[in-house]
Amino acid sequence: MALLEVNNLCIQFGGLRAVDDFNLTIEKGELYGLIGPNGAGKTTVFNLLTGVYRPNEGIIRLDGEDITGHRTTEINRDGIARTFQNIRLFADMPVIDNVRAALGGQYHYSLFESLFHVGKYKATEQAMTERAMSLLAVFHLDQYAEVMASNLPYGQQRKLEIARAMATNPKLLLLDEPAAGMNPNETAELMDTIELIRDKFDITILLIEHDMKLVSGICEKLTVLNFGRVLAQGETKAVLSDPEVVKAYLGES
Amino acid sequence: MSFLTSFVNGLSLGSIYAIIALGYTMVYGIAKMLNFAHGDFIMVGSYIIFTFVSTLGLHPAVGVLVSIVLCTLLGVGTERIAYRPLRQAASPLAVLITAIGVSYLLENLALLIFGADTKSFTSIIPWSGITLAGGALRIQGVTIVTIALSVAILIALQFFVHRTKSGQAMLAVAQDKGAATLMGIDVNKTISLTFAIGSALAAVAGALLCSAYPSLTPYTGAMPGIKAFVAAVLGGIGSIPGAMIGGLVLGIVEILSRTYISSQLSDAIVFGILVVVLLVKPTGLLGKITQEKV
Repeated sequence: MALLEVNNLCIQFGGLRAVDDFNLTIEKGELYGLIGPNGAGKTTVFNLLTGVYRPNEGIIRLDGEDITGHRTTEINRDGIARTFQNIRLFADMPVIDNVRAALGGQYHYSLFESLFHVGKYKATEQAMTERAMSLLAVFHLDQYAEVMASNLPYGQQRKLEIARAMATNPKLLLLDEPAAGMNPNETAELMDTIELIRDKFDITILLIEHDMKLVSGICEKLTVLNFGRVLAQGETKAVLSDPEVVKAYLGES
Repeated sequence: MSFLTSFVNGLSLGSIYAIIALGYTMVYGIAKMLNFAHGDFIMVGSYIIFTFVSTLGLHPAVGVLVSIVLCTLLGVGTERIAYRPLRQAASPLAVLITAIGVSYLLENLALLIFGADTKSFTSIIPWSGITLAGGALRIQGVTIVTIALSVAILIALQFFVHRTKSGQAMLAVAQDKGAATLMGIDVNKTISLTFAIGSALAAVAGALLCSAYPSLTPYTGAMPGIKAFVAAVLGGIGSIPGAMIGGLVLGIVEILSRTYISSQLSDAIVFGILVVVLLVKPTGLLGKITQEKV
């Protein structure tokens, strides 16, 4: 069974069909790329998958379960986490607290326990901090744990966003232009990190990216969107040599 | 009246403003709305205590507890019924106007149930206080309790917000509601919790306010509500220590100007200070300059 199965997804804003008849199947453990020119509807697809928008038509299934129309918080708990095209960290919170906030849904203690420092409070907080630190370590961010998120260098902020998304323990991780604004060195490092988390955490990844080096370097399969419709879909190599795709990217010669 | 006595009285009044302002500032900081009915929660809480203690003759502690519980429910219920449906409204004015509507609704309900006559509230703190400096300085029990309680509340809140997972969820929601929900944080629950805390504090403030100034009418909460709002803005709205400082400054200035300048002018002076502070530092004393991202 596929991890993510999207059938006939449509959304309309006024008269514009931003995403039309969108189909996508991602197998467990795949590293999948979603590409296309600006305005093709890639981020809209992410917003549909995470419940920010409700589709006018279509079904989204995660692990066989219909999650269409679930609220954003529920979808996160169903197992989809994401990052954002323009970084949206909790900027005025320390790095570690960004991750801890995302861990919160998985740990429980009562208000009473927290106010009076009794029961599970201490052990739970300790466990959360340890889990947060070990996640930060994966991204080499543990040394910045107490730094305000807004004071991190740009590339590190992108990594922290991925760490924060990972903290919600997702089955499927959506990365919206993870390499945007990165220099070639940072991009190469990011590619390693993405492959590392896929392997180490046994996670499936869908990413939007413009950097073709990254896409062709790590994505196993691709879907190309153009004007809200699927232009091509399949193995990365085949898709990238598809004349239709070349035309959409480079214009007609 | 000696300067010291006035100062202590100002500190006490300021502490009450601070407790109210903490509720204002938390709701503003996290839900990004001004709950103009917040002052009226104080009045509702005081009437509840009045009913249970003066009318039914229960122990004051029971009255205060019942008041805290019912005010919490009132706050959470108001948010659920009146404010939450408007959270996605096109204009933030919609929820602001609704809050003013809730304020009038509560005042008029109180008018209907308890009548317009002033009820005399029996202080819930029977302790007569202490005398210092050979009788020169007498501090009432309620004053001491008020000041101590406000400091304790401030510390507890700071701890709660920065050291517990619910508090961190609040901060996350305050900074980016959208990103927070996508990280599995339940924004509705978090905002409900914020209203619960704010309203419980309003009940505490009501008990202290009516113990210090024992006359209760349906409009008892209105003026302290506005003053506390001013205090929150003065300190930097959204900032918890800011609300505390704003409240204390306001209370002290109010009492000192009432003693040394003119009791009629004291409110004018208080609001004048707000104007001056905002001219010099528009974000308030401890407020941060935030850039709105588009």
